[in-house]
Amino acid sequence: MKLSRIGLMALLTLVLALAGCQREPQPAWRLTDVGGHLPDLDFRLTNDEGKPVTGADYRGKVVLMYFGYTHCPDVCPLTLTQLHVVLQRLGPLADDTRILFVTVDPKRDTPEIMHAYVNAFDKHAVGLVGSDSDTEALAKRYRSAFTREPDRGNGAYDVSHSSAIYIFDRDGKARLLATPSAAQDDIVHDLHLLIGLGAKS
Amino acid sequence: MKTRFFAVLAGLALCTAAHANDAQSVQATKGWVRVLPGNLPAGGYVELKNTSDHTVKIVGAQSAFYGHTMFHRSSTEGGMGRMEMLDEVDLPPNAVTTFAPGGYHVMLMDAKKPVKVGDHVVVNFQLADGSVLPVDFTARPANAFSLTD
Repeated sequence: MKLSRIGLMALLTLVLALAGCQREPQPAWRLTDVGGHLPDLDFRLTNDEGKPVTGADYRGKVVLMYFGYTHCPDVCPLTLTQLHVVLQRLGPLADDTRILFVTVDPKRDTPEIMHAYVNAFDKHAVGLVGSDSDTEALAKRYRSAFTREPDRGNGAYDVSHSSAIYIFDRDGKARLLATPSAAQDDIVHDLHLLIGLGAKS
Repeated sequence: MKTRFFAVLAGLALCTAAHANDAQSVQATKGWVRVLPGNLPAGGYVELKNTSDHTVKIVGAQSAFYGHTMFHRSSTEGGMGRMEMLDEVDLPPNAVTTFAPGGYHVMLMDAKKPVKVGDHVVVNFQLADGSVLPVDFTARPANAFSLTD
């Protein structure tokens, strides 16, 4: 009787200890948790200063990646403005983040155009340009999609594209997904948590 | 015969004068345009209040400041950001129709000379009854949300 009670206690302690080992306590995210479901940040593209860059160049920063294009007069500026306000609310912590704006229209978006464009929104934003195939490969890697719409007749055209914002931690792990309509409070909340995780570079 | 014809014409003219045209029944406020670098197309936003008891249709737009203007509606339904070109925009009676980021906007292309933050530009909205509504837009920085923030 006495023995079995001790045995039961031991078993309980073991179960609790194992439960503790199994999973680190997860922060209470407000955005969609995609941890373990999307690949790490990895690409080979050209930045808006014309230099080749890879995903590894942004290790140590919390990265917000968004696909768009500069001839997009409405949704892209709205999303980048939203992210600008979010980073402003982070204050000096914003220096630990980067917005990566990847063009889905590499024909028209040169690094120079991208440079002027992203800097009109936020100094933590980087414009990234790749070949058609590199851009497609990156979009595919994150199950993102884009389609060039038919010419409007004057040589102008629109590109429909996924509107998601992919958020990576300092180690380049995909952690969260936000939509352009996500509440600024929720993005700010989760970025505070993410900036607190992992090592600074 | 000829006199009668002119009498009818005069009557018609009186009729149109007695009824406010569509442009007179729409009030445009809080107009602003987003300034983007280079000569990129810009979105124009405004609130349009139709004070009449009938739907007013916008059928086109022209501006001395831009080479091309068109009406668009953006959506991010199903996670895809896309734009739909609109031939007409209906302004329902006794209601405010809001052109705002992420929804209805006037797409302003090929600025004839660079538009700078603080500038005012005018876009003439053509209405179905043939009247024209001049709409004033204030140029705002790229990262603005509205006329005031």
